[in-house]
Amino acid sequence: METNITKRSVTSETRYHFKMRNTISGYLFGLGFVAFFDEVVFHQLLHWHHFYDKSTTSIGLVSDGLFHAFSWFATIGGLFLFADLRRRSALWLTRWWGGVLLGAGIFQFFDGTIQHKVWRIHQIRYVDNVYIYDWIWNITAVIMIIAGLMITLRTNRRTKDAKHA
Amino acid sequence: MHDHHLVTDVMNSESVRAGLILFPIIIFMLYVGAVMRSNIHRKKWPMYRTLCMALGMICIAVSVVGPLAEEAHVSFIAHMLSHLLLGMIAPLLIVMAHPLTLLLRTLSVSKARMLTSLLKMKFIHVLMNPFIAATLNIGGLWLLYTTDLYMLMHQYLWVFVFIHLHLFIAGYLFTASILSIDPTAPKHSYGYRSFILVIALAGHGMLSKFIYVNPPAGVPLKQAEDGSMLMYYGGDLVDLVLIFILCLQWYKAARPRPLPVPHKMNL
Repeated sequence: METNITKRSVTSETRYHFKMRNTISGYLFGLGFVAFFDEVVFHQLLHWHHFYDKSTTSIGLVSDGLFHAFSWFATIGGLFLFADLRRRSALWLTRWWGGVLLGAGIFQFFDGTIQHKVWRIHQIRYVDNVYIYDWIWNITAVIMIIAGLMITLRTNRRTKDAKHA
Repeated sequence: MHDHHLVTDVMNSESVRAGLILFPIIIFMLYVGAVMRSNIHRKKWPMYRTLCMALGMICIAVSVVGPLAEEAHVSFIAHMLSHLLLGMIAPLLIVMAHPLTLLLRTLSVSKARMLTSLLKMKFIHVLMNPFIAATLNIGGLWLLYTTDLYMLMHQYLWVFVFIHLHLFIAGYLFTASILSIDPTAPKHSYGYRSFILVIALAGHGMLSKFIYVNPPAGVPLKQAEDGSMLMYYGGDLVDLVLIFILCLQWYKAARPRPLPVPHKMNL
């Protein structure tokens, strides 16, 4: 515990300077992780999602390609930013988790509404009551967005307090 | 006679096969010779680079001669695997082997100067621009699989040779321009290179999915589906390595210096 407190007093200044990078690192990792989870669990293990759904619009194909590529980059880039924050003793784990939840939630919401329903790249599962899956999918996404937003705003306030103190 | 057999006949003739096997071996032997020469006077050339060069040459050999290359004339899946080896994996391995750095080290000063002035040409700079290299690479693939080019490749020998040369060279230029390991064109910013890499990877993924439902002329649907998925996930795997190396380069370049640094470093 004691080492934790001394460490915190040393790092407190640095992490406020790098608060944006903490958010970006978490955000990228969260987005990438959700996409990776989607690929591994829903495509490969459960086989719920299809590699190609014939009703996909062409914009859906473009969007899927772009997000798939970006999520790959985001996962790795986010983790390298995390390593960078650690070596600078600027890692602010609470804020980083806020970023993770924001990235994961926003991407999942976009995927569950625009990509699945409007551009029809694929459905969550090819069953009759797919709307139940859609609701669970999107409500989880909204919960993550709200939690991420709360954490980010709270850590923002703490930065302000620290600057005024 | 422009039928299917001409290309396979020529590619399977003994002398062509021997040449295709010998070529990568000779290149590798030249590489090893250069490494030994460089090791006499300079810091020891890292072993992993020689290993990369060896693996890269094996990838080239496997993709152009032997069972896989023969199968590639009739099976789209084998074709895709050989393209993955020749257009993505071999270029990545050879870029990692730092061939130009080694060449500049071993050449005499006057010859090395000639080479650097050659590399400074505007033409090379344009080709080594990540955007141009990515367009040549991914654009070439789109042309190959969405036009009659794929069919023509199996009919005309010169189309076959041209496409395979283009595939490797464009793959090499792209990888080299993204990673900027050898001292060629001026390095572009990490942001720009990352951006182009993501767009190129996206273009590769979109083309894979396009092939899934729109097979090139003469390819059965089932083969197109399997080949498409191999292209999609195989490309992902190689690009994962590319992204990792690019991020690692940034991580090393952006290390905190002993002097106090302004906190807003470029991301």
